Amino acid sequence: MEKTWNNRAWFMVLPVLVLVAFSAVIPLMTVVNYSVQDTFGNNEFFWAGSEWFQEMLTSARFWEAFWRNLAFSGIILAIEIPLGIFIALNMPKSGWGVPVCLVLMALPLLIPWNVVGTIWQVFGRIDIGLLGYGLNAFGLDYNYVNDPIDAWATVVIMDVWHWTSLVVLLCYAGLVSIPDAYYQAAKIDGASRWAVFRYIQLPKMNRVLLIAVLLRFMDSFMIYTEPFVVTGGGPGNSTTFLSIDLVKMAIGQFDLGPAAAMSIIYFLIILLLSWVFYTVMTNYDAE
Amino acid sequence: MAEANNTTLRAAQGSGATAVSAQDAALERKMRRRGDESRFWWLVPTLYIIFLMLPIYWLVNMSFKTNQEIIGPITFFPVNPTLKNYAVIFSDPSWYSGYINSIIYVVMNMVISVAVALPAAYAFSRYRFLGDKHLFFWLLTNRMAPPAVFALPFFQLYSAFGLIDTHIAVALAHCLFNVPLAVWILEGFMSGVPKEIDETAYIDGYSFPRFFVKIFMPLIASGIGVAAFFCFMFSWVELLLARTLTTTAAKPISAIMTRTVSASGLDWGVLAAAGVLTIIPGALVIWFVRNYIAKGFALGRV
Repeated sequence: MEKTWNNRAWFMVLPVLVLVAFSAVIPLMTVVNYSVQDTFGNNEFFWAGSEWFQEMLTSARFWEAFWRNLAFSGIILAIEIPLGIFIALNMPKSGWGVPVCLVLMALPLLIPWNVVGTIWQVFGRIDIGLLGYGLNAFGLDYNYVNDPIDAWATVVIMDVWHWTSLVVLLCYAGLVSIPDAYYQAAKIDGASRWAVFRYIQLPKMNRVLLIAVLLRFMDSFMIYTEPFVVTGGGPGNSTTFLSIDLVKMAIGQFDLGPAAAMSIIYFLIILLLSWVFYTVMTNYDAE
Repeated sequence: MAEANNTTLRAAQGSGATAVSAQDAALERKMRRRGDESRFWWLVPTLYIIFLMLPIYWLVNMSFKTNQEIIGPITFFPVNPTLKNYAVIFSDPSWYSGYINSIIYVVMNMVISVAVALPAAYAFSRYRFLGDKHLFFWLLTNRMAPPAVFALPFFQLYSAFGLIDTHIAVALAHCLFNVPLAVWILEGFMSGVPKEIDETAYIDGYSFPRFFVKIFMPLIASGIGVAAFFCFMFSWVELLLARTLTTTAAKPISAIMTRTVSASGLDWGVLAAAGVLTIIPGALVIWFVRNYIAKGFALGRV
């Protein structure tokens, strides 16, 4: 659509600007403020310069949490995206099955995050949980409280349970927008199922898939509540992701300086990544 | 991709002219075996839904059991079904007020987010102005901001304004990610409305506010519905900020749930019942908007 140049449009954006400034810019400035200062309590602050940033960027703890988080995001993307596409391809196209599938599949998305954590914490317990009890009854030595690998598996499966539906819904929306003529043409060509997928369905889903990857990456990179409720970051530090580490530092230990420096580094990483995704996305739109 | 479509489409036209019915019938059968019309289409969705429902079933199952039964041997259905766990929640104000608190701030946030997002989305969809693209990207980055980064500064900011433990504090804090989202969704819907409608209305002598409320808003009603739905969803499920900003008077239900960890050990039954009750509002909302969900996602604006 042709848009007219009109700087008075700023007035319409003003309410949003004021609100977001209040809820984003001011708090962020507080963080910046803390990140360059040191305190011994009593509201007395000293200039610390880039000390906290240097400490953070050289600390093993930060990088461990960073790589752990990156690995987590990679694993859940590798599972959720193909699984989501696969399920969306097998969804009914019309009839009573559509609303039933949509409602049931969207259900995990609307459960408060700590309840998701609680559900899985209970479900995985070896004494009273169906999953933990069942696996042990089958002779598997599963215990997410003691074993780091089991804890990781639980957190990953929980995320798959929680968020695959988002990918399914996005892909489904992309799929139903494909006109029937495409399928009929493919049918007459005798195209294989794979060819239909590769040359018709996948290109049509490209855009929604990009959004799915973007959203899932961002949200998993700042995941906090669910793993915190299930494992509390443990056993040891094995499921301590960036957000959990940050909250531990800021509110648990009240290390304001390092926590603020970490916040800024964390936010900058996310900003950089979203900029890359956003550019890719808008370029794709422009084509 | 365009190339592939062209060949397939050309083939569609070509074979329409030279249809060989026997071959077509064979092809039809082959395709039916292969793809959409397979008799087992329900298998994959069913398996997936079973996977989704299992943990929820276990929670519901637990909520009807007594604590003795829960910690006893595994039973797949409550042996002595009891409503005692639910009775605890509905008779104790400190429990059920949590639901009221959650609903209050979620609705407040929904109203604020959509109200401020409407004019902004209109500006983004209709006009070009100084710094519009940068502004739009900056808004989006707030959707990507980790709440953990904001928890502590929010606490201090709202303390300074004396807003701690009020519903409005949580509603405003959730605007951090819901306002950008609402702008994004609404902008998508508004761009779908042709600009000629605006121009015709102005020629007919409508003032801008009157045009916006009387003509434009009904046109994007489904967009407003979708935006409100996503605001509801993300405000309802968020806990970190809601918990940080409240102590007692405005505490959300999901934070109150942690209370069941008491000196006498965990009260599993009540915990499960509270969990089940938090699923219900979400389920109701999905049921009402089920026809719009796919549409909202289709715009690719989440």
